[in-house]
Amino acid sequence: MTIRSGLSLAQAPPLSVPLRFFLTAPLFGILTAIIFISYGPDTLLSRWTPATLAATHLIALGYISLVMVGAISQMLPVLTGSPIPRPLLVSTLIHILLTLGALVLAGGLLLNNNPAIQLSVFFLGAGFLLFIAINIFSLAQAKAHNSTVSGMWLAVGSLVVAVALGLRLAAEHIGSFDTGLSKSWTDVHLAWGLIGWMGVLVIGVAYEVVPMFQMTPRYPQWMQRWLTKLILAGLVSWAGISLLPIVGPVTQTLLMGALSSALAVGLALFAGTTLYLQRHRRRHIKDVTLRFWHLAMYSLLACTLLWMAGQLWPALTNWHRFGYLLGILFIAGFVVSVVNGMLYKIVPFLIWLHLQGQNNARIKLPNMKEIILERWALRQFYLHGLSLLLFLCSALKPLWFLYPLAILFAFSSLLLFLNIYSALRMYKKVRAHQENSG
Amino acid sequence: MEKISDTFSSDHVRCDELFFRSEEHVQRHEWWQAKEILTRFIDEMNEHFLKEESILFPALNEHSANAAGPTQVMRLEHDDMRQLMQDMQSDIKKQDADHFLGSSETLMVMMRQHNTKEENILYPMADNILAGDQEKILAHIHEHKEKRGIAKWNKNEY
Repeated sequence: MTIRSGLSLAQAPPLSVPLRFFLTAPLFGILTAIIFISYGPDTLLSRWTPATLAATHLIALGYISLVMVGAISQMLPVLTGSPIPRPLLVSTLIHILLTLGALVLAGGLLLNNNPAIQLSVFFLGAGFLLFIAINIFSLAQAKAHNSTVSGMWLAVGSLVVAVALGLRLAAEHIGSFDTGLSKSWTDVHLAWGLIGWMGVLVIGVAYEVVPMFQMTPRYPQWMQRWLTKLILAGLVSWAGISLLPIVGPVTQTLLMGALSSALAVGLALFAGTTLYLQRHRRRHIKDVTLRFWHLAMYSLLACTLLWMAGQLWPALTNWHRFGYLLGILFIAGFVVSVVNGMLYKIVPFLIWLHLQGQNNARIKLPNMKEIILERWALRQFYLHGLSLLLFLCSALKPLWFLYPLAILFAFSSLLLFLNIYSALRMYKKVRAHQENSG
Repeated sequence: MEKISDTFSSDHVRCDELFFRSEEHVQRHEWWQAKEILTRFIDEMNEHFLKEESILFPALNEHSANAAGPTQVMRLEHDDMRQLMQDMQSDIKKQDADHFLGSSETLMVMMRQHNTKEENILYPMADNILAGDQEKILAHIHEHKEKRGIAKWNKNEY
């Protein structure tokens, strides 16, 4: 680490760089809910319906990846000590390309419109390419080499694979490839996107932020050094065995079962360790970020247990809601919860830090809990938790639970948006006051 | 053997403990205890800042041209933290728990990233480049501590 690493302003990009991503993301949550409501319980029947595909990509690209891209744009220059060149221009381009790409892709999938999918391939390809190039530039210059930076390397590498596979699948969807790619390609795309990109990134970031802001002991050394690398190695072998005819079908099934169980164990180990560390935290106050982390870790544990149960009793995997339930636990339960919890730490502190850095007039600044009110953050936490619960119930009774859960999820996303937006308004108000007094 | 980094890092741990206790008292509206613990916390923090600003930073600046930037950043962050501690003190006077916990949250994030930088970079750097003068500096620190102790004791007497 360099002396200015951490969260200081020296290397940090302008406030609008991360905030544009954070403000757009929840709007995609609302859009997803609208799709659920307009397409009804049919959306839940299979992973292959256009509406399910559209909803999944809206959440994965529009909601989760946008926040992650925003957070990386903020953290990476600070963590590595090397600022991104032209941060405003670059982030504006990435933001527009990814936002349009996610929208057009979802629309194309929903309406089965090939030109739209083609267009989205261009937007998403260009947006991610730019983002990945910038990251590689920044990571290669990194003066710091710790487990978080190496986690980011692996996550960005997985993103490359997930995006490449996504482009390949889109090409197949459009029909420019007539090879008839099997379901296993989609599975591999899904695994690299969810586990490689989102999962590994969360793990890498957790090594830094959980001990630092939740006052827990540090993660065990061996875990920091090996876990993300082992997960990546597991993903590579699993994908290789799944796609290439290296072994016979029986061995293939056995090996894939063993490897995917090992991946599940790795993720469960991370979740269990995090919960253990949080139990031993030195600061006993339970804030909203901690609650989101707890929800996320229990969801991840449940997800991995369900997966392993499926490996032991294959009959379970034939249940037509098995994949749905796994997806809900991983995406809405684990990743979306972590993302929400992090936003409630990052946004108020960033705004406070930027105000503090420009406070030549020495006026009194609002503190973090005045920038985002704790009670409104808590209300959003309960909305999110309740919508997650209904999501799980909907696996059993889609007809009963689909509409309530979609409405709750829409409100939860809206409230997240309003909470971040109110922080931005507070920033503008105080800045105006600073200018007038200065 | 005691290292320079040890004495400064152990200050951080001690301050953290007092800080968390003050937050817990405020959350339970135990104002009298909160005030007492917070006063001790602020005393310890000021003591620690003073040791850094009057002994450690000047020594570092003297030995290395590269230290001026980082020590300046640390000084500015000390000022930010002093401001937040003042806010917490006035919140206790007003018995405003919500505002206190907002200020303490801000101070905590500030303090954590500040301490991490010191513990990971600045203190190891001090152990390294001040190795020759280590005993002199430690003696200076202990002397400083004793003097402050006597001054405090005297103040309580009269």
